Amino acid sequence: MSVFVLRRVLTLLATLVGASLIIFLVLDALPGNAAQMLMGADASADAVRALTVKLGLDQPLAVRYLQWIRGLLSGDLGNSYVYGTPVASLIAERLVLTIPLAIMAMTITVTLALSAGIYTAANHNKLGDVGVMSLTQVGIALPNFWFAILLVLLFSVRLQWLSAGGFAGWEDGIWPGFKSLLLPAISLAVVQAAILARVTRSAVLEVLREDFVRTARAKGLGKREVLWRHVLRNAMIPVMTVMGLQFANLLAGTIVIENVFYLPGLGRLIFQSIANRDLIVVRNCVMLLAAMVVVVNFVVDVLYAFIDPRIKVHDL
Amino acid sequence: MGERSNMPLIEVDNLGVRLNTSRGPAQAVRGVSFTLKRGETLGLVGESGCGKSVTALSLMGLLPDSAGVSGSIRLDSDELVGRSDADYCRLRGNRISMIFQEPMTALNPMHAIGHQVAEPLRRHKKYSAAQARREAIALLDRVGLPDPARRVDAYPHQFSGGQRQRITIAMALACEPDLLIADEPTTALDVTIQGQILDLIADLVEERGMSMILISHDLGVIAENVQRMMVMYGGTVVESGPTDEVFRRMGHPYTQGLFRARPKLGARKGTRLKTIAGTVPELADLPSGCTFSDRCPLVIDQCRAALPPMVDVGPRHFVRCIRTDVSMAERVGALSA
Repeated sequence: MSVFVLRRVLTLLATLVGASLIIFLVLDALPGNAAQMLMGADASADAVRALTVKLGLDQPLAVRYLQWIRGLLSGDLGNSYVYGTPVASLIAERLVLTIPLAIMAMTITVTLALSAGIYTAANHNKLGDVGVMSLTQVGIALPNFWFAILLVLLFSVRLQWLSAGGFAGWEDGIWPGFKSLLLPAISLAVVQAAILARVTRSAVLEVLREDFVRTARAKGLGKREVLWRHVLRNAMIPVMTVMGLQFANLLAGTIVIENVFYLPGLGRLIFQSIANRDLIVVRNCVMLLAAMVVVVNFVVDVLYAFIDPRIKVHDL
Repeated sequence: MGERSNMPLIEVDNLGVRLNTSRGPAQAVRGVSFTLKRGETLGLVGESGCGKSVTALSLMGLLPDSAGVSGSIRLDSDELVGRSDADYCRLRGNRISMIFQEPMTALNPMHAIGHQVAEPLRRHKKYSAAQARREAIALLDRVGLPDPARRVDAYPHQFSGGQRQRITIAMALACEPDLLIADEPTTALDVTIQGQILDLIADLVEERGMSMILISHDLGVIAENVQRMMVMYGGTVVESGPTDEVFRRMGHPYTQGLFRARPKLGARKGTRLKTIAGTVPELADLPSGCTFSDRCPLVIDQCRAALPPMVDVGPRHFVRCIRTDVSMAERVGALSA
């Protein structure tokens, strides 16, 4: 493993530790007693105290933090305050939905954004460019839950191609599950794709102005060949950076979109757990989301080095 | 070859280029005509914005889409003006090649240099990857890159500016072009490297019997490297002729101004450099008549009336000026200095 990757791994671990501290402190150390909240304002003091001990909330802060971290590492996340079932299996059930949803949304985002961005840059200031860029402007302005409702009205109510909500599961094969995630994935992807398309367009336009593009043309390459062979790889660095950042937005978007479509995913679990004051579930879900975002951005960092030969040397 | 060698390789006739600039349409080049035989070398001199690079790019067919080209450019009697980009792609890097000013940015930072040198061979000569790679190593060796077999897979950032310019030269020469256009090939390099690169280009031009158009703002570079020269100002050719003729006796006040403005070794301390008064006019608002009239010390009303014709002042030596009787009364040139 190169020094570059090793250094990034260390940064990744440090970020995760930092994130876990913040999450723990925000949820557990702030004033307010989880047991009190669970039992309601009119519960007797004895009952609240008994629950506090049962949940382990009477332990010192540091001990509780270390217990949580040990649990994270061993896969034992404790039991939900509300359901009484292990948090780990609760999350695992939901990930079966949310991970495919995120992958689908990201795939749609990247496909739409790269094709629109490259098309508009190649047709800079022509009718197609202006048209597609106006569409992206609209895309950025759309709230995703509102767009989701429009999609439901069109594809579920009017055309009746897809169901308006719920998740078919993966038991009957991939197709029913895929179909029930399609509209949510599109709703999540549209805004992100609009932003990423604009980033791609400006990145490609910037590279098109570089001297080496003229050199490539002077060698006898056509405009299209120059675009594919010389420009795109150079333009991918800023595009990938934004992709990594967008992944976080996308996960945040699932909280809203899973509620719009009644999908039993991670986002909905977080939403419900917050409503139920099920803090142990909230804490672990938020930690999981943070870890996903950090890992995706780590992968982006490592990909830079694969794309750009200059990076490895600089960082060694 | 015998008969063809007397035929002009390039004939440019009344070339005009209109560009859309931020300040509106501008006539970047007008009335440029010249011919170039096989093996001949021609220098284009002038300040930035005088139209020398635009002339070169129009030969390459690399002007922006919005540019309007008029007149005629013929390569071996084939008209190039109005050709499709696909047609031009078959010529570029194959029969006409170009070396650019800025070696630091002229190479793609993401591709290994061997790949970039091999690209024209793969494209025009349909070489296999292995063949093209072998040829690329041979080319890199010829342009004096040390240890090419080992460094063929290295990336541009691992080379110095001079080495990168050698790589772009190897790339331009890959398909043995008939015409090499070198646009300020040494301007961005250290002075110590400039001479080496110019010598390399001169050797290669001679060795391969290529024609060359060398573009420079530096009269010294032009004096030592080309047989014929054209001085450009404001998009027009103001003086042209065999290099030693022009340097023996400069005819145009602008050429004389350029010559007087060069720094001289051994000048007494405190001596001010001579400059040409005024600044280069914007192409969008050139003066009517002679393009140099606003800065010319010899200007008379008649100069502003119409673009002066080319005046024959010596063997194949032409000057676009109506006051050569005054300007050439005093000898200005390398032999008089």
